[in-house]
Amino acid sequence: MRVQEQLEELDATTDLPTLPASVPVTRIESSGAWPSLKLREVWAYRELIYFLIWRDLKARYKQTVLGGGWAIIQPLFTMVIFSFFFGRLAKVPSDGIPYALFAFSALVPWGLFSHGLNQAANSLVINTSLIKKVYFPRLVIPIAKVLSGLVDFSLAFIVLLGMMVYYDVHPTLKVLWLPFFLLLAIATALGVAFWLSAANVHVRDVEQTLPFLTQIWLFATPIAYPSSLLSEPWRTVYGINPMVGVIEGFRWALLGAKTAPGSILAVSSLAAVAILVSGAFWFRRLEKTFADVL
Amino acid sequence: MSDVAIHIEKIGKQYHIGRKVNQHKNLYDVLTDAFVSPFRRAGKLLRGQATGATDLDETIWALRDVSLEIKHGEIVGLIGRNGAGKSTLLSILSHITEPTEGYAEIRGRVGSLLEVGTGFHPELTGRDNIFLNGAILGMRRAEILRKFDEIVSFAEIEKFIDTPVKHFSSGMYVRLAFAVAAHLEPEILIIDEVLAVGDAAFQKKCLGQMREVSRGGRTVFFVSHNMEVIENLCRRGIVLQDGQVAFSGEMKHAVDYYLHSIDGSRPGHGSHIIDLSNAAGRPARYRPLLQRLELYTDQGRPLKDGLPMGAGLKAYIHFKLEEPTSNFGACLAFDSLFGQRVFTAHSIFEPHSAWGERMGEQVFVCEIPSLTLVPGEYKITMALDIDKSERDSVEDAAHLRILRSDYYGTGWSPWNGMFVLKHRWHLSGPQEQ
Repeated sequence: MRVQEQLEELDATTDLPTLPASVPVTRIESSGAWPSLKLREVWAYRELIYFLIWRDLKARYKQTVLGGGWAIIQPLFTMVIFSFFFGRLAKVPSDGIPYALFAFSALVPWGLFSHGLNQAANSLVINTSLIKKVYFPRLVIPIAKVLSGLVDFSLAFIVLLGMMVYYDVHPTLKVLWLPFFLLLAIATALGVAFWLSAANVHVRDVEQTLPFLTQIWLFATPIAYPSSLLSEPWRTVYGINPMVGVIEGFRWALLGAKTAPGSILAVSSLAAVAILVSGAFWFRRLEKTFADVL
Repeated sequence: MSDVAIHIEKIGKQYHIGRKVNQHKNLYDVLTDAFVSPFRRAGKLLRGQATGATDLDETIWALRDVSLEIKHGEIVGLIGRNGAGKSTLLSILSHITEPTEGYAEIRGRVGSLLEVGTGFHPELTGRDNIFLNGAILGMRRAEILRKFDEIVSFAEIEKFIDTPVKHFSSGMYVRLAFAVAAHLEPEILIIDEVLAVGDAAFQKKCLGQMREVSRGGRTVFFVSHNMEVIENLCRRGIVLQDGQVAFSGEMKHAVDYYLHSIDGSRPGHGSHIIDLSNAAGRPARYRPLLQRLELYTDQGRPLKDGLPMGAGLKAYIHFKLEEPTSNFGACLAFDSLFGQRVFTAHSIFEPHSAWGERMGEQVFVCEIPSLTLVPGEYKITMALDIDKSERDSVEDAAHLRILRSDYYGTGWSPWNGMFVLKHRWHLSGPQEQ
């Protein structure tokens, strides 16, 4: 009973200030199997997202000679290779668009997606010290990784505009749809990033599968070839891969590719939302184990 | 109830510590297990069982049945041995990991500092890292901007603010990291052993800052192994033992309890805490006023295996004054094993020795910045004077072993004589041809 006595003595002697009743009360307990997403909290931490992106960019291009040039070189070289092998040698059709432009217009949004995928998958593992030592909504980490791809995307997009000028391709009013396709690409990248990054905490095999997962996905998306090679209804089914909708959408909105991707788009949008929402919930479900497992 | 800052109710935390060890019988078993277990594990993960799969893992309870209440404005020190569950408790309160059972209610914004410099990026400059680290710790950009100059001058790195931190000395790095954290303004501050880093002057500054923080009515929850710091800073102490609260009360008593618990679990020689209440070396005419002697290095580390020659010694002498007096003193004498008195440290030699009138249990702290006895074994004899006459003494209260060290910085450990002294040598006059 010594403890109790001392506590009482302490209570009696200490004259402590009281804070107003308006202070926030947090309750810490074991969250259930399916915790809520707490998106409001993620929003409250938007400045941290901004700083993480900024850290990534500053650190990534520090001590490189070409710096941001790498954002352009990668898609540009892939485009050259694709143009030679698929455009020249294999004579893959390109919906009446010059093949180089056809390929590059797909590689720009694809770059955003694959960047997000590759950067985000091991993002939690890399940030172990942060996760074990500081509290913040963990969703912030893959979100920052995916969004940091937007800088590279913008640089590559400027090159794309230059190529359009070169090939004398004029965009029409359809270009107003472009932000929607960009959003679709981000949503897909985020969804996949949530799935992979959370899984990678428990099973590091995810990191190992990444190179060929990216490669398979690249060829399962109409980047080197048009989706018009498929006949309906398979072309619509193809839209289950949300990147199909993104790529076809980009070509349609920017280059005026003839076939409007209406049904593909509907399927792709649904698929993207499904991946995003399920990924976010899966992430939140595994989140409570991160600090213990890492 | 609204004066409660942290209310912890029966919190427990279970950890999985790897898979149960399977006894492999032969090569066939090993191979099939290697082949089958990934599928079995993948299956478990897909079914969502991996997070709570007790059959997969061996488990331990890092914390069990911990209940506490901490009031606003309290500075609470949490002590306990490694593995007692201190860090786990702080992690739970910092929202980093979830409790397995029980709950905690926290009133107010929590800032936790479990590590200095979390999220620092070596390639980025000091300036960049202040913003980054601030954001990670939950500060708004506007808040960081407002305090930026203060942080920089606190860290004393004005000249290097635009240098990448990878070029910083470790001292600068730590100063900067602590400076950012010290300017957090949450209602509740959770701090884990961060003062163990940095030089003495900076540590003092940090302590000052933390005291400032708590004076502003904020609650501080603090973990440290440095008993001096924690006793200095905290009014209330909590001792964790094997994942449970073993003691909660006044800090001084908590430290006593903790030190005793270490002592009790490590009987025999090599202890740095010597109980004097029944010491054999006390003359029969004396009543036991000297209670206990504790020996530490000047870093505050318990002295167990000996002290390197020239290193600092810090001794805590616990004693009792039976009636109010201001005229008292203690002494600590070092004898060689041959009985030769080598050195006496006495509180009357302290210039600022106006102790004031005291009564009851007291602790004298004797600091010897550099104990320059040559390697060997020494006996410590203690005495307590009241009104200039000896009232208690204990002969051979403890043995102190001085270890060999490179005192002169030459690679040689001195061995001769009784003590070492700094001295210089040179040849006089110019070199002859």
